[in-house]
Amino acid sequence: MTQSEFLNIVMPFKDKVFRLAKRLLVSTEEAEDATQEVLLKLWNNKAKIAEYKNVEAFSMTMTKNFCFDKLKSKQAQNLKIVHSNYEDKQTALQKQVELNDSVSWVAKIIEDLPEQQKLIIQLRDIEEYDYDEIAKMLDMNNTAVRVNLSRARKTIREKLTNTHNYGIK
Amino acid sequence: MVLNNIEKLLKKYENGETTIKEEQVLKNYFSSDTVAPHLEMYKPMFDYFLVNQQEQFTKDIPLNTKRIFNYKWISVAAVAVLMLGFYFSNSFNSDLGTYSESEKELAYNEVVKSLEMISSHFNKGTSTVGYLNEVNKGTSALGYLNEIDNTTSIIFKN
Repeated sequence: MTQSEFLNIVMPFKDKVFRLAKRLLVSTEEAEDATQEVLLKLWNNKAKIAEYKNVEAFSMTMTKNFCFDKLKSKQAQNLKIVHSNYEDKQTALQKQVELNDSVSWVAKIIEDLPEQQKLIIQLRDIEEYDYDEIAKMLDMNNTAVRVNLSRARKTIREKLTNTHNYGIK
Repeated sequence: MVLNNIEKLLKKYENGETTIKEEQVLKNYFSSDTVAPHLEMYKPMFDYFLVNQQEQFTKDIPLNTKRIFNYKWISVAAVAVLMLGFYFSNSFNSDLGTYSESEKELAYNEVVKSLEMISSHFNKGTSTVGYLNEVNKGTSALGYLNEIDNTTSIIFKN
């Protein structure tokens, strides 16, 4: 398989891999690294690509697993940079602006969801996969995906309603 | 009428029962400017989904088509070198045969002479190095200075 053939296979879904990695790892740089890693792994195993039934779904699963590994190793290092010990006016101001920006509220709400629900929201509402595909990617059954999705959507709606009504009622 | 439909869809949406098409309808509705006031809290959610769909991976992928080095060729090269080595060493040995007996003896004597000279010079060198032992003695004598240090420290403590 030549490079261009490989790129033709990978190009359509590389952004999806990146967005999924970013959903889980939060930082853009880490997500970029993860995407590179996943694509390189695919490239190194290019001889087997023809055997995969669905390269896209396969790479999404790979990305999910890779990100979970990364998160786990980070926790194992037990190195958390928590900068709660300093305060200045600038961050407070920035926060205020952020609070006004309700779209970034959604980002924050999604960030607080459990990982499984985060993944499902990402795959369904942003990437628009159908339930069977998601179930295959996450190795769950169809109903479990729906239940998790419904829970996630309800949580987002509740929290949004709260913030929306904040100061009115 | 439209609003009624949207509300129904929202309910289905929350239960995770909508199809992709129905979700598309919802997304279209909430990206328009005419959102009913009591549904406004949904707007940022669908806006966020739309914004996030556009994010792209811009870093390029370093696909190096590295060829895996074949170690078989190393063994082939090694065998070739060995064969050449044997071939040339045989030819060198045969060169010795061209010298006569007297010439060989002369060469042997020369070598012995030069080796003897080297050994005698070497011995001279080692005998001069023997003086280093004296230095060692000196340093051991200096060790007594430590005693002085001890006493001075006692004095300064007081």
